[in-house]
Amino acid sequence: MFKTRLTCAIASAVALCLAGTATAQVDVVIHYLKQVVDAPPTLSNLDPIPEDLGIRGAELGAQENNTTGKFLGQTYSLIVTEVFEGEDFAEAARAALGETDLLVLDAPTAQLLAAADLPEAKAALLFNAGAADVALRDEACSARVLHTLPSYAMKADALMQFFVTRRWDEIALIAGERPEDQAWAETLERSARKFGLKFGARKTWAFDADMRRNAAQEVPLFTQDLGDYDVLLVADAADDFARYISYNTWRPRPVAGSEGLRAVTWHRVVEQWGAAQLQSRFTKLADRPMLDRDYAAWAAVRAIGEAVTRTGAADAETLRSFMLSDAFELAGFKGSPLTFRTWNGQLRQPIPLVHERALVAQAPLEGFLHQRNELDTLGLDQPESGCTAFEN
Amino acid sequence: MKLPILTTLTAALLSTTALADEIWVTNEKDDTISVIDIETMEVVRTIETGERPRGITFSKDFSVVYICASDSDAVQVMDPETGKILHDLPSGEDPEQFVLHPDNRHLYIANEDDAITTVVDTETRTVVAQIDVGIEPEGMAVSPDGRIAITTSETTNMAHWIDTETQTLFANTLVDSRPRHAEFIKEGTELWVSAEIGGTISVFDVATQTEKAKIDFDIDNIHPDRVQPVGFEFTTGDSHAFVALGPSNHVAVVNAETYEVEEYILVGRRVWHLEFNRDRSLIFTTNGVSGDVTVVDVASRKAVKSIKVGRFPWGAAFRPTE
Repeated sequence: MFKTRLTCAIASAVALCLAGTATAQVDVVIHYLKQVVDAPPTLSNLDPIPEDLGIRGAELGAQENNTTGKFLGQTYSLIVTEVFEGEDFAEAARAALGETDLLVLDAPTAQLLAAADLPEAKAALLFNAGAADVALRDEACSARVLHTLPSYAMKADALMQFFVTRRWDEIALIAGERPEDQAWAETLERSARKFGLKFGARKTWAFDADMRRNAAQEVPLFTQDLGDYDVLLVADAADDFARYISYNTWRPRPVAGSEGLRAVTWHRVVEQWGAAQLQSRFTKLADRPMLDRDYAAWAAVRAIGEAVTRTGAADAETLRSFMLSDAFELAGFKGSPLTFRTWNGQLRQPIPLVHERALVAQAPLEGFLHQRNELDTLGLDQPESGCTAFEN
Repeated sequence: MKLPILTTLTAALLSTTALADEIWVTNEKDDTISVIDIETMEVVRTIETGERPRGITFSKDFSVVYICASDSDAVQVMDPETGKILHDLPSGEDPEQFVLHPDNRHLYIANEDDAITTVVDTETRTVVAQIDVGIEPEGMAVSPDGRIAITTSETTNMAHWIDTETQTLFANTLVDSRPRHAEFIKEGTELWVSAEIGGTISVFDVATQTEKAKIDFDIDNIHPDRVQPVGFEFTTGDSHAFVALGPSNHVAVVNAETYEVEEYILVGRRVWHLEFNRDRSLIFTTNGVSGDVTVVDVASRKAVKSIKVGRFPWGAAFRPTE
């Protein structure tokens, strides 16, 4: 059966004298549902994926909601369920929807869609905190799903804005063989065209040699026929071979994408805009740095908290309407208020461009203007998105 | 009335020995204080502090200066004459900002990482009380009669009202996102709270703890998301507020009667806190990203000089010298 546990049901016993605030008791139950995916084998075992990825972010969000809630008579319970391979994610989602209509989902596209399509989800509010697939913000969107994880398109656009700013006009690309690598590569290529950059040679990495021994010999030869370019993009979603590309290319060129300069949701090097405080709270809780999906889960739980605080309501319909209204904003430690796009439910957010040791830049970069919100220069803008589910 | 700066400068050139008033600026990423001579408008001293100095305030008689050394988990007490640390006060973890009670004895300290406000007796050097508040407490204020202390919490988005007799909360009021700074004005009848991400200042009626006005900011050609109010200070008689607007690189001048913004003044990058000189004819702004202090002439509402200080200047405090 699924592994389910109640991680923090905090009924605040602290008696606090309240004045000037609504004090009606509100109890909010959030169910965090994670599809455990066995990671494909990779050449290096240096950076294992934490087993509690995402879960810890949701826990921190719930803790923060409870701290605020204790002054308002609001409590938040977080239930965590892990669905293992071979188990039915949609069934687990159905069971969760029997208890609450607020779900945070950390699952690949197929499982996410299966959950969103459940009849029980029709009146619920689901958060996608695990799938970056562009289609989920496009034709395959669902009116019941809001996305706190940025799409691949947002990350690709962030990189391209940086290349435009630096005048790195010519791009070469190496992509892995897996479908996710190819999808990421397609998104990068589309984004490059959108920003008027020249997309040159593209090669598929099909080696199965162990690069810890011979990267120095293989990569120079492999990259020799890429011709000239300003920057080499690497699309390697599983973090398999990308780490062996830097410094081994035939031409001395910077590497970006899955290695070198990376567009991320969150990273330990983000410390401006009060981020240092969020980082230290997370590290204290989880004993490791906060990662992309931790941030997406945290943002989903905090968005619920913010909406409950401001509306005093806990039902999915009121919360959803409020989140999609102009009145909603989340302080996400990225320098701008975070809001949801009304046409596809994507959380607008700046995208940090990082290497392992420092923040290089943060998109949107200066000069990329938009009539509505500069954050909408990243990812699917209203005219580009094929999502129609949000129209009524 | 015109050219007050020129006259001050001339006076400074003529008097070579007289000590001028000073502005003390904490440099968050240099672990130092830059001391600015108000007459020459130059840094005349750089003093080492504990790690990540942020909040700074002088005792009422200016005999000591208190410094929040956030990463040293201490409030340091310094002799301003010698720049020597006299002792540390127990401050709780990660003190960011504080306010000295009118009794000149009790410090109310926001412990940013701990969701706590710590009250310290500066004479006995002991913790008098610790009060649970929201996440990331930051803005601190005490009413002029000393009866109410305020802590704002950045992530909980509240102003917490503390009864200083009992050291307990008696009200919690929601404000917009990331409240940063609080000040009582008009004999303690009004409380102003800035919200950095919300982009607003909420004005509260102190007697009822209810919001009576909200101030919005709108600068031509700057996206509203970049207009982030942080520190603010009031001119003589509380007639106008000068409000630091963070990464918009502007200071707003707000009429405190009508709550209308009258002017936006371009200053350095990521403007954070501000401090007046003695007669409040000049205001000094700390600009974190550009690492400098902008001097603004209050009457003409014009920036008159920028002074290079340390890395990431954060707080500022006035020190008379006579």
